[in-house]
Amino acid sequence: MTQIELRGVQKFFGAVQVIKDLNLKIADNEFIVLLGQSGCGKTTTLRAIAGLETIDEGDIFIDGKPVQHLKAADRDIAMVFQSFSLYPHMSVYENIAFPLRATRKSKTEIDSEVRSVAKTLQITDLLDKKPSALSGGDMQRVAIGRALVRRPKAMLMDEPIGALDAKLREEMRAEIKRLHIKQGSTTIYVTHDQIEAMSLADRIVIMHAGVLQQVGTPDEVYSQPANLFVAQFVGSPVMNVTDAAVAETASSVSVTVGGAAAGFEFPRALLSKLNGHAGGQLALGIRPEGVLIRREATEGFVPVDTHIVEPLGSFDIVDLKVGTELLRARTKSGFVAGPGERVFARIDPTQAHFFDKASGKSLEVRL
Amino acid sequence: MAAVQTSGERALNKVAIVAVLLVTIIFLAPIYWIVATSFKPRNLATTIPPTVMFEPTISPFVKLFTKRSQLRSPPSAEEYAAAPWWERVVFDGGEKIVRDGKGQVQWSGYPSRFLNSLIIAITSTVLAVGMGTFTAYGFSRFKVKGEADLLFFILSTRMLPAVVVAIPMFLMYRAVGLNDTHLGLIILYTAFNLSFSVWLMKGFMDEIPKEYEEAALVDGYTRMEAFFKIVLPEAATGIAATAVFCFITAWNEYAFALIMTNRRAQTAPPFIPSQVGSGLPDWTVIASGTFLFLLPVAIFTFLLRNHLLRGMSFGAIRK
Repeated sequence: MTQIELRGVQKFFGAVQVIKDLNLKIADNEFIVLLGQSGCGKTTTLRAIAGLETIDEGDIFIDGKPVQHLKAADRDIAMVFQSFSLYPHMSVYENIAFPLRATRKSKTEIDSEVRSVAKTLQITDLLDKKPSALSGGDMQRVAIGRALVRRPKAMLMDEPIGALDAKLREEMRAEIKRLHIKQGSTTIYVTHDQIEAMSLADRIVIMHAGVLQQVGTPDEVYSQPANLFVAQFVGSPVMNVTDAAVAETASSVSVTVGGAAAGFEFPRALLSKLNGHAGGQLALGIRPEGVLIRREATEGFVPVDTHIVEPLGSFDIVDLKVGTELLRARTKSGFVAGPGERVFARIDPTQAHFFDKASGKSLEVRL
Repeated sequence: MAAVQTSGERALNKVAIVAVLLVTIIFLAPIYWIVATSFKPRNLATTIPPTVMFEPTISPFVKLFTKRSQLRSPPSAEEYAAAPWWERVVFDGGEKIVRDGKGQVQWSGYPSRFLNSLIIAITSTVLAVGMGTFTAYGFSRFKVKGEADLLFFILSTRMLPAVVVAIPMFLMYRAVGLNDTHLGLIILYTAFNLSFSVWLMKGFMDEIPKEYEEAALVDGYTRMEAFFKIVLPEAATGIAATAVFCFITAWNEYAFALIMTNRRAQTAPPFIPSQVGSGLPDWTVIASGTFLFLLPVAIFTFLLRNHLLRGMSFGAIRK
């Protein structure tokens, strides 16, 4: 049972504020992913929880107890580093046994625990090897084993698979998830890779420039981004964000993008939900799958020309010229032959997001 | 094809091998000379042209370690027969070994000077490398105010040629009673080597990823334990290299040893050339003293050769 709570945490490196008033509650057994670009403060946050970094203000609680005065060694937390940092002069066995040797456990206890962890991670046959003889994936398994063996209160992982190649990364992602389900310990995982975050997390914490942007389940941050940063950071291909003008028509509401002649049709309910934000301060966000295309003229679809087509195997991304803007749409592969084709597009109102351009905040319009 | 050598390349290879051999011979010649001379009978040491083929004798070493006096007349047959084999070679040279009233062999000054050299060089090396390692770790891992200035100050202690301060040092040492003491030379050599040791170790420490210690800190160890269990084994290569350099400097130091010591704490370097036989300098004894003096550095470097070859710790961390 381990809960971790951060309350009003601030951290400065000289004059630079790397963490700004961070508040976060992490439940027992939860898999939390801190997601953000490099330099956003996610790793510093993780290191602060581990006790490798001091904080300038605020409190960190582990199981309700403040831990600022505790050294890293006394917080009973394990950490997996991006570099794995296996001790090169020790065998795999010694590496995994190392955290246990700091405790008063007997040799036989240590031996049985090392072997049981090695069995879980399927690295029993590597125990006598030196870290330099291991592959990247195996190094990471050993690093995780070293973290698990102590049965710590919480596991912290700092981009643990960032150094692996793409295929191995996918494998290890699944393995980490499987391991978490099996072992069930509170885990905080730092990454800049939103696919990793989406696939692993119970909840994702998105940070930008030291400020927490949104906390939510993968589905929440994907389908209800709190602001423009989250909207564009999460999801691949990236969400289209463009200036939009809203105007009332006889039967509905028209949303014009890029000064195009014809606007996209939206239900009347949009007006009331926008709550007076209809002026020039509006940004429309729509994921490529929310841009629907037909090849023949259809009621409610606006004629547009295709620009660039990116075939991605299972689907294509087609750039549509809408006025001065380009909207990226996701289509079946081969749906559009090439540039300069006339197609008919519509924006799915239920997938549209509206943001206040000045603050970047979502207007929470759900149609 | 890279594997196939043209005749031009083969010729170039041969030239290179010859050049390497020549350089090796030039470098090894003085060492050969010292070793050869230390096994020569005295009358062959300074012949012109030099004697290359000779019957090696142990007499220079016997003379090196003992006090002797000139024989007025050749030893009697009983005396000769009673003497151990190594003493006879001295008789042959027209000298005899001085014994005290109990018949004990009187030692020359060499063994104690050699011991002094060992004590002073080893102690100052341990101190300089130890303090240098700690200091370098501090500079490498913690935010030190004015770090660049402090490091520059440490380096600046080496900018003055050491002999320039010889006379003030001598006066200061005499005032506090440190001249001709082991402690005096140990302090001196440690101070000389410390700046070098700090700078060299700082380079090695910077190369050890700090994640190693952080992993140990999170795994339940104190900073001190992490230092001794993780950092020190990783720094072994650097420590070995630094120790070899510090040891060589302290071991070979001549000027200060000559000025600061005369008997009790005298080291081998000033003692060896001061050795004269009865009458003219006996070059074979000086050569044998020098030969033995060369051995510790050679042995020390040989023992640490694996550490001096870098690359043991590579590959365990992904960058």
